[in-house]
Amino acid sequence: MAKIIETQDLAVAFAEGDGHNIIFRHLNVSVEKGEFVTLVGVSGAGKSTLLRVIADLIPPYEGSVKLDAAHDPTRRPIAMVFQAALLMPWRKVGDNISLGLDGIDVPAAVKKERVEWTLELVGLAGYEDRWPYQLSGGQRQRIGIARALAVDPAILLMDEPFGALDAITRTGLQDELLRIWQETHKSILFVTHDIEEAVYLGDRVLLLGDKPAHIVNEYHINVDRDQRRESEQFLLMVDEVKAGLLAAMALSNGSG
Amino acid sequence: MKSSTRYFLSAVGLVGFLLIWEGIARSGLFATYLLPPPSTIPAALISEIREGIWQVMVVASLRHYSVGFVLGSVLGVGLGVMVALFPRIEAGQAWLARVLRPIPPLAWIPFAIIWFGITETAAAFIISIGIFWINYFTAMGAVQAVDKDLIEVARAFGHRSFPALLRKVILPGAAPGILSGLRAGLGQGWMTVVAAELFGIQGIGQRMIEASGLLASNVVILYMFSIALLYGVSDYVFVLVQKRILAWQR
Repeated sequence: MAKIIETQDLAVAFAEGDGHNIIFRHLNVSVEKGEFVTLVGVSGAGKSTLLRVIADLIPPYEGSVKLDAAHDPTRRPIAMVFQAALLMPWRKVGDNISLGLDGIDVPAAVKKERVEWTLELVGLAGYEDRWPYQLSGGQRQRIGIARALAVDPAILLMDEPFGALDAITRTGLQDELLRIWQETHKSILFVTHDIEEAVYLGDRVLLLGDKPAHIVNEYHINVDRDQRRESEQFLLMVDEVKAGLLAAMALSNGSG
Repeated sequence: MKSSTRYFLSAVGLVGFLLIWEGIARSGLFATYLLPPPSTIPAALISEIREGIWQVMVVASLRHYSVGFVLGSVLGVGLGVMVALFPRIEAGQAWLARVLRPIPPLAWIPFAIIWFGITETAAAFIISIGIFWINYFTAMGAVQAVDKDLIEVARAFGHRSFPALLRKVILPGAAPGILSGLRAGLGQGWMTVVAAELFGIQGIGQRMIEASGLLASNVVILYMFSIALLYGVSDYVFVLVQKRILAWQR
């Protein structure tokens, strides 16, 4: 299968005093078309930073990001879902969803359709005219997802989108995300702290270690998705990734 | 507390104050020019209106006030926003603002007269100074406090140019702060308007000095209440507009 995201010897550094604080270096990560990849790792390893470089919000220090998304003026190649929903409080729900549509070449009628379609997709049809403050945390995050889907991106980057939600809302949204992914065939790179979530959602789980940050391991999850919540195979897989993460953390503490 | 109870008690407070004042004024303890009873004020109002003085003075004051308000607000908000957006300008203004800000608007009166003479421009200039500083600092703070994460969101969704970020995130995000600065300036303006007129520019302040020279204290009080009324009305209208603009807030 074709790779839709491929980073090549990617490094990110932030200016600090006279020099640079290097967050990671020689990082090679790829996502295939239509694949759902989850990324877990030692905290501080730069998971969110990686998403931001791929989204072109931060420039790479070394290396490059290759995206294989055909240029299409009616879409954006990439959209991002953030940890806190980060809706603009002064825009109604419908206007928040169309944030990314404002600058692209689609007629107003199509924009309206996209807003309605994505609202339906996230189960909030008819919410266009509400203000963000009138929504619950879970609803806000759904709008954050709808905002990303509205630009019809080939790639969806998700930065711990369910991290701030309660367990029940989170489980519901995980299943909804899987359904949306299966309906829309997006390629997803999903960062999370929660290993069960990573194993539940991903086709492949990447484990990021630090000092320097690198992919310690990757796990192909060969368990049927409808079997995942309770099957023994699923639980074994979760344990395996957990063990891998603990080992990576021990290594990180040892060398640091 | 029920809101009807609240209204009732507020009315009791105001009416009680007027009654006590009336009682003391009529007790003969003080000469009426020292403390005129409030019951003489409506008559003063009627006679001032009949002679056409009240309208002229109020309109004149409103004129300097509006010019000063618009001037001070536009410059204050404009420069405050700019300073907040560019760290180099921010650094450049830091000491300058610290030197100029503590100078009270009324300390500018001599220069206002030297520069503009005894004119409406001089009064508007003095009024604009206090309003300028309030708006300058609140607009600066409001822009600096805009959520950086929302700027990143806007960038992630394709709004990367500076004007786009200004329009989509920075100004709407700073709007609550900017509006509260404008509202504070609205009050500050009325405080300086009278003082700015004391040196002879036509308006409420000038009429008050004139009336006090004639020991017509009830006329002085009439204009004191006129200012309170004008301030009350302008603030009320402002809050209505503000609520409309900030309908997105809880």
